Amino acid sequence: MYQVGNLVKELSDKHGRVRESLMPILQEIVQKHNYLNDEAMVEVARELDISAAEVYGTASFYTFLDTQVKGKYVIRVCKTITCSMKGKSDIIHTIEDMLKIRVGETTTDKQFSLIETNCIGWCHKAPAILINELPYTELTPEKVSEIIKDYMQK
Amino acid sequence: MINLIINDQKVSVQAGTTVLAAAKKLKINIPTLCNHDDLCVAGNCRVCIVEQKGARTLIASCATPATEGMEIHTNTLKVRNARKHIVELLLSEHRSDCTKCYKNQNCELQSLANEFAFGDHIFLDLVEDKKYSIDRSSPSFIKDDSKCIRCQRCVRTCSELQYISAIAVANKGAHQKISSFHDRPMSHVVCTNCGQCVNRCPTGALVEKTYIDQVWDAIYDPDKHVVVQTAPAVRVALGEDLGYDPGERVTGKMVNALKQLGFNSVLDTDFSADLTIMEEGTELLVRLKKALVDGDTKVSLPMFTSCSPGWIKFIEHKYPEFLPNLSTCKSPQQMFGALAKTYYAKKRNIDPSKIVSVSIMPCTAKKFEADRPEMRASGYKDVDYVLTTRELAVMIKQAGLDFRNLEEAIYDSIMGESTGAAVIFGATGGVMEAALRTAYEIVTGREVPFGNLNITPVRGMDGVKEASIKIEGCVEAWSFLEGAELKIAIAHGLVNANKIMKLVKEGNAPYHFIEIMACPGGCIGGGGQPIPTNMQIRKNRMKAIYSEDENMVLRKSHLNPEVVAIYKEFLDKPNSHKSHELLHTHYVERDNF
Amino acid sequence: MENTGLNKVDLIFEKIDNKEVLAKAFKMTKEEIIKEVLDSGLKGRGGAGFPTGMKWKFTSEEKSPEKYIVCNADEGEPGTFKDREILDRVSNKVHGGMAIAGKAIGAKKGVVYLRGEYRYMLPKLMIELTSFHKMIKEIGYDFNIEYRMGSGAYICGEESALFESIEGKRGEPRNKPPYPTVSGLFEKPTSINNVETLVTAMMIVKHGAKNFIQYGTKDSRGSKVFSVSGDTPTPGIFELELGMTVLQFVDEFGDGDTKAVQVGGASGFCVPRKKFAETIIGFEGVPTGGSMKLFNSSRSMYNVLHNYLDFFTEESCGQCTPCRVGCQQLLKGVEKVKKGEAKSTYLNELMKLADSMKIAAKCGLGQSVGNAFKSIVGNFKEEIIY
Repeated sequence: MYQVGNLVKELSDKHGRVRESLMPILQEIVQKHNYLNDEAMVEVARELDISAAEVYGTASFYTFLDTQVKGKYVIRVCKTITCSMKGKSDIIHTIEDMLKIRVGETTTDKQFSLIETNCIGWCHKAPAILINELPYTELTPEKVSEIIKDYMQK
Repeated sequence: MINLIINDQKVSVQAGTTVLAAAKKLKINIPTLCNHDDLCVAGNCRVCIVEQKGARTLIASCATPATEGMEIHTNTLKVRNARKHIVELLLSEHRSDCTKCYKNQNCELQSLANEFAFGDHIFLDLVEDKKYSIDRSSPSFIKDDSKCIRCQRCVRTCSELQYISAIAVANKGAHQKISSFHDRPMSHVVCTNCGQCVNRCPTGALVEKTYIDQVWDAIYDPDKHVVVQTAPAVRVALGEDLGYDPGERVTGKMVNALKQLGFNSVLDTDFSADLTIMEEGTELLVRLKKALVDGDTKVSLPMFTSCSPGWIKFIEHKYPEFLPNLSTCKSPQQMFGALAKTYYAKKRNIDPSKIVSVSIMPCTAKKFEADRPEMRASGYKDVDYVLTTRELAVMIKQAGLDFRNLEEAIYDSIMGESTGAAVIFGATGGVMEAALRTAYEIVTGREVPFGNLNITPVRGMDGVKEASIKIEGCVEAWSFLEGAELKIAIAHGLVNANKIMKLVKEGNAPYHFIEIMACPGGCIGGGGQPIPTNMQIRKNRMKAIYSEDENMVLRKSHLNPEVVAIYKEFLDKPNSHKSHELLHTHYVERDNF
Repeated sequence: MENTGLNKVDLIFEKIDNKEVLAKAFKMTKEEIIKEVLDSGLKGRGGAGFPTGMKWKFTSEEKSPEKYIVCNADEGEPGTFKDREILDRVSNKVHGGMAIAGKAIGAKKGVVYLRGEYRYMLPKLMIELTSFHKMIKEIGYDFNIEYRMGSGAYICGEESALFESIEGKRGEPRNKPPYPTVSGLFEKPTSINNVETLVTAMMIVKHGAKNFIQYGTKDSRGSKVFSVSGDTPTPGIFELELGMTVLQFVDEFGDGDTKAVQVGGASGFCVPRKKFAETIIGFEGVPTGGSMKLFNSSRSMYNVLHNYLDFFTEESCGQCTPCRVGCQQLLKGVEKVKKGEAKSTYLNELMKLADSMKIAAKCGLGQSVGNAFKSIVGNFKEEIIY
């Protein structure tokens, strides 16, 4: 359940009610809830005394500050050139088959979201993905299906 | 001074001057789009690029300060080619249905296209691939993303001038757009409908919602009696859309034009502005009495004016805890509307259901105000249609009137009489000045102690103005005010309103009465006024307002004979039961996003 | 042109006694530090190549009680991963470089802006930072470093966009001037340096400028860390002397069938086989922040170009016209040409557009989109057309 509760207030206490706290606050909300819902953004706007449209405008600039529903595990598959050359598509197909979702979608049980992302800095170990914060590299379809299986059992 | 050379001509400018401004000094025109005199530098459209000798890239002249010895060329082949590309790129993202566009021939992109991008377009049309949306949810304006060129003037206006930021830049790259909070409809966000963004949009992406056709339909409906009221600030700006220079008063011609258009009765919002002074002035004195004599601690002071519907919506969203401080008086437009279908209908013996009440306003927020559910005191929608100054100009053009050669005419009666005090409602400080002219006289029996009634401390373009008046020699009924110092403040532009509200919230605002207008300069700078706008244009309009005032025979609201008559015949006295029924309202708390 | 050949170097990852180097540095005057770095000829290792000593000198000359040293760890250029490796292996040297830079410019505060993709490193970095703070306290020097995270936006690697991001705003590049040395983070004089630059500067202070200039060429002093990927049997991180030719590089890292090398990432240049021998890797030839991608003959250069343009179309901040719309036009344009829906001569129009973007865009991103476009279309036109 996505409950904003006191989270925004606590984060505002922690980081301070100034504009430069906006990113750390949004980042921590995303760490906890995987994305920013409207209530959370409105709360942040209120705490920092900035407009909600600006909070949304800022969040929507950053790929990792999702404003759409995301699952507990967000799988980001690098689509930039080396990963693309080294079998990104096979990785995506494997994950799509396993989770029964397409790129851009979230599983109905809200466990997984699958998205493509730009270069994540593992070109020498392509193809690579991030699951939440953690990188997984030198993937093959077999390797990635093992990884996803582990997450499914978590 | 900084010395530089532009197109082989020497020029000296003050430190901090931009290359663009330096070129202007030499009368060298550099095209711009995102640049606007009222706003901070953006430097994002890149149309104003010029070549600087020795620089690796072209530079944006609007965003680059002149430096000593700089050599600039504004019209090299490199500049022209790049500029043509930039205009072409903008056009490729822009739905160019110019002939159908409300801004046709008043569009800065169109003018640039005329100069730089006529003929076949170089680049692919990107419009169809983009899922642009058009937001028609606001009663005041339309936001059409397919016309947007992302210059961000609207965003800067909403934040820098109005402190609202109902819209902001969202997403990035190809998906970058101007968005409300999470793409919500503009009718459901903090937007005050002030229309300042509309005034500054260089294209047709932000335009007022027009009701011209509905008004024509009413005029041509033989069954309807169409009354029109004109706000004070319209008469000093309408001319700009009809070939006059800013600051020319066209009151008489405008009245004649409205008659020619076919309105059954051409009346004046000034009448209800005078009425507002009676109601609001009395309300203030009553609040002061309660606080000072009765010791009533629940009286909400300072009292805020309530004429500006943009300001009303601002406080409803942002400072709802201070709604009790707002005067309960309706705005002059709505007082007029309520009376048109009651008092006027009765006096003229017209069935109110047959009356169509139209107002000509310098304002887009007035369209929203007229739609408020509270504004049906007459049993009908008090004001049926609100047109902006710009829309009136369109109607005049549509009717083929030779405006310049029209005879001057005078307002019809009843509800067409006004005073100079009402006219100055159109400029920041005007409501305050009008209120003081009347209230001071009620309390002391003497005229305000300012030469020729001109209360200069409340005039001018300073964002926040303060003044105080010592009240001495009170008449008996108001003797409790003897020796009191009435402290007042005035703000225009919501960014300044917010400054005052912060003080009020902190308990650091020692004022009794505060006038706030949502728009820069007050209504003369309203969101429905002719485009373009800048400080000089607004100053010219303001000057015209005050000369209109000086030329009036009557300059104090309480002397308006029609106001005197309506109290005698209909309303009884200011703040009477009847007044409260028709002329006062209440406010609602709204979400802050 | 000078040619150094391909020589491996061990400087960035060299094992040193941090405390000793810092203690030495803190005893130097700021003028001495700046002179050493100026004399070394060190140019920024993030890609743009601004002389580091000049940057420090300008910032040190600003009169402001508050200044910042910012470490740009927003390594987002496709094909670059050396800063992650440096932070992973020698974060102490990054922090040390920041402290030395701080001493040089008169800043007591440092901020590391780490890209969101590297957040997993943060816990370890925090531990290392704590011990670093303890160490410099022991030396008796007052300097504090804070980490700020990015959240997935390539453009935040642009210095002024990075400041905006730290300030809690959209990462949109600012108008320049003013430059960061005058008005940077929170409008205070700021020296913003790449991760590798800071470590290199520290090593220059340790070994002296004279030692550093033994390596590299006149325009490209010293060595740098390369991120090698693509069609290579040995992808990874390599520290090499600057001044080698692309051919020498390909001889070492190629798979025997290399047809092109993309030097400097998506914003860099594509060097085709026929130009390998004549092209020097460095500021006199093709500059790079370290990204070296090899493509063999099985690869479609259309796909490479398309991938880069797709990248820029998404990662442009979107504020300025040439970049926001230009990227979309280049992308859609090559798609149409490839499909045969536009004439091949349309590529000429797009080449001109790329030129305009280069001189009219607001920041380095928009200005460099044309690099890859022009060098790929220019050298592999037959692969782009229908």
